[in-house]
Amino acid sequence: MAAAEFDIPEIKDYIEVPKLREGAMAHAKTFIAPQAVQDFMGYPHELADNWKESALEKMGDLLGKYRSLKVFLDACVHCGACTDKCHYYLGTSDPKNMPVARQDLMRQVYRRYFTTAGKLFPKLVGAKDLTKDVLDDWYNYYHQCSECRRCSVFCPYGIDTAEITMAGREILNHIGMGQKYSNEILGKVQKIGNNLGLPGPALLDTLEGLEEDIEADTGVAVKMPIDVKGAEVLLVTPSADFFSEPHVESLIGYAKVFHAAGISWTLSTHASEAGNFGLFNGNYETMRKVAMRIRDAALELGVKRIVVGECGHAWRVAYSFWNTLTGIGYGADDPFSIELQKQLDPNYPQPQHICELTNDLIKSGQIKVDPSLNDDLIVTYHDSCNVARASRMGTEPGGQFTIPRELIKSVVNNFHNMADDTIYESTFCCGGGGGLLTDDLMEVRVKGALPRATALNNVVKEHQVNFMATICAICKAQFTKVLPKYGFDMSMVGGVHQLVSKAIKLD
Amino acid sequence: MPMVNIAGKDYEVDEEGYLIDLSQWNEDIAKYMAVEEKVDLTEGHWEVVNFLREYYAEYQIAPAVRVLTKAIGKKLGPDKGNNKYLYELFPYGPAKQACKIAGLPKPTGCI
Repeated sequence: MAAAEFDIPEIKDYIEVPKLREGAMAHAKTFIAPQAVQDFMGYPHELADNWKESALEKMGDLLGKYRSLKVFLDACVHCGACTDKCHYYLGTSDPKNMPVARQDLMRQVYRRYFTTAGKLFPKLVGAKDLTKDVLDDWYNYYHQCSECRRCSVFCPYGIDTAEITMAGREILNHIGMGQKYSNEILGKVQKIGNNLGLPGPALLDTLEGLEEDIEADTGVAVKMPIDVKGAEVLLVTPSADFFSEPHVESLIGYAKVFHAAGISWTLSTHASEAGNFGLFNGNYETMRKVAMRIRDAALELGVKRIVVGECGHAWRVAYSFWNTLTGIGYGADDPFSIELQKQLDPNYPQPQHICELTNDLIKSGQIKVDPSLNDDLIVTYHDSCNVARASRMGTEPGGQFTIPRELIKSVVNNFHNMADDTIYESTFCCGGGGGLLTDDLMEVRVKGALPRATALNNVVKEHQVNFMATICAICKAQFTKVLPKYGFDMSMVGGVHQLVSKAIKLD
Repeated sequence: MPMVNIAGKDYEVDEEGYLIDLSQWNEDIAKYMAVEEKVDLTEGHWEVVNFLREYYAEYQIAPAVRVLTKAIGKKLGPDKGNNKYLYELFPYGPAKQACKIAGLPKPTGCI
């Protein structure tokens, strides 16, 4: 697209902490949501005369609602441990992309209006008035944070920058500065059923086409069932799995797994999206509405299990929040919650990640695989931020790291991890998470991918790695778009179930 | 919203240059957008653009990449029914760039 040109950072041998370049990314401003989009979300679309009062009122509301936000704003001692941990800082050199500085954009306002010292002696405590300039900084830099939470791993107080970013975006939405990309998607998922806006008939047509493709490839009639009442499993997966390459290869992989294991399963047109951008916006009500679609579909279809496909933030919402958003924790006396709990099979985790399901089936011998069918590949694994730092998988601590790797190693013979400080809980974000996967933030995305590209480059040089697997639709879309800027081929990125799909025996 | 004037006719486009009113689309605006996108329109491009418009008319969404590659493969031969060919035609990605030239809204989501 006609995006501004910018320099692509050079990959070095190691991830270097860059010299500060003040204001280097001050120009990066994602498109503001237009009126139609904001109307649907119930937000204004432009600043009113009293925007400052509204913003402070909303901030007070959030501080009262979320104890964590107040603690995070109070607790920072500016020790500096987080400064070089953010991929956006490492890639852009802009000091406001240091997590502490990003937090301080809100902290300075918090001190000015919500602390006694800041009200009386603002200069002494770094308190600042909420001006239009400060507000613009909020908009620009709270949309240069992917809410990946790597900085929080290194903070001695455990301050979670993502929560501050979410609060910032919530306040911005409240006064009429919403982000077009995320809010447009939140409208589509609620109106049509998925982030892409793929209507039912198009989805059916797409799935039929995929069934034909699989049969042509394998000679086996693997089905892609949808809206089947009484199926055992409801699979919810990102709508990119229906639409894009390489995502669709993983969808084919899930279908083959269910087929080979003889598990009846179904997709849902009503809940044809696992993703939940309500998380990115920091709005609990939106997140709940989006999550409710999945509960509705599970009840309507009478399924016994809910399985989530390869989507990072969806898994965070499912694993960490579904219970209190829509499930028994949402109100134990809610008849629908009680009905759903009775309906779901207690022998399985609810929800269950597709990687855990497939890994269990392979280990127990219920499906057979031939890893030599992936012998053309030397594989590494990118831990997606929301899976790594905001959820778990299986029954053991760290299952979110070990299960995908066990699964990969059972379907490929050549596997190498990237450097230790770039994987597991220290994983670097792909650079496109948290609502930043939009063309208008391409510079932020490309530069933010530098740390991951550096780590990847090292295993490419050392072990001739030619495939990076991941379990997130955003990671897949982001990497296929930005890694070519660093000289990698877009086809070296794909899903874990893309590998499963190649190795699985269907007879 | 910005306006584009071609041969005396005004077209409204969004911030990224996508046509707002789909019914306004014609070859003039397609050619204009192709120039903006630095794409030289050939017969191959038109095949894709026309298929996108037909599919959109039926389903109110651009076709999934697999659906598109298969349709193009059927029309132009199996050597062209693949992602690589589509990226040669539309280097920024067939989903977004071809949709823009075809006058369709930009696909959104994790793509």
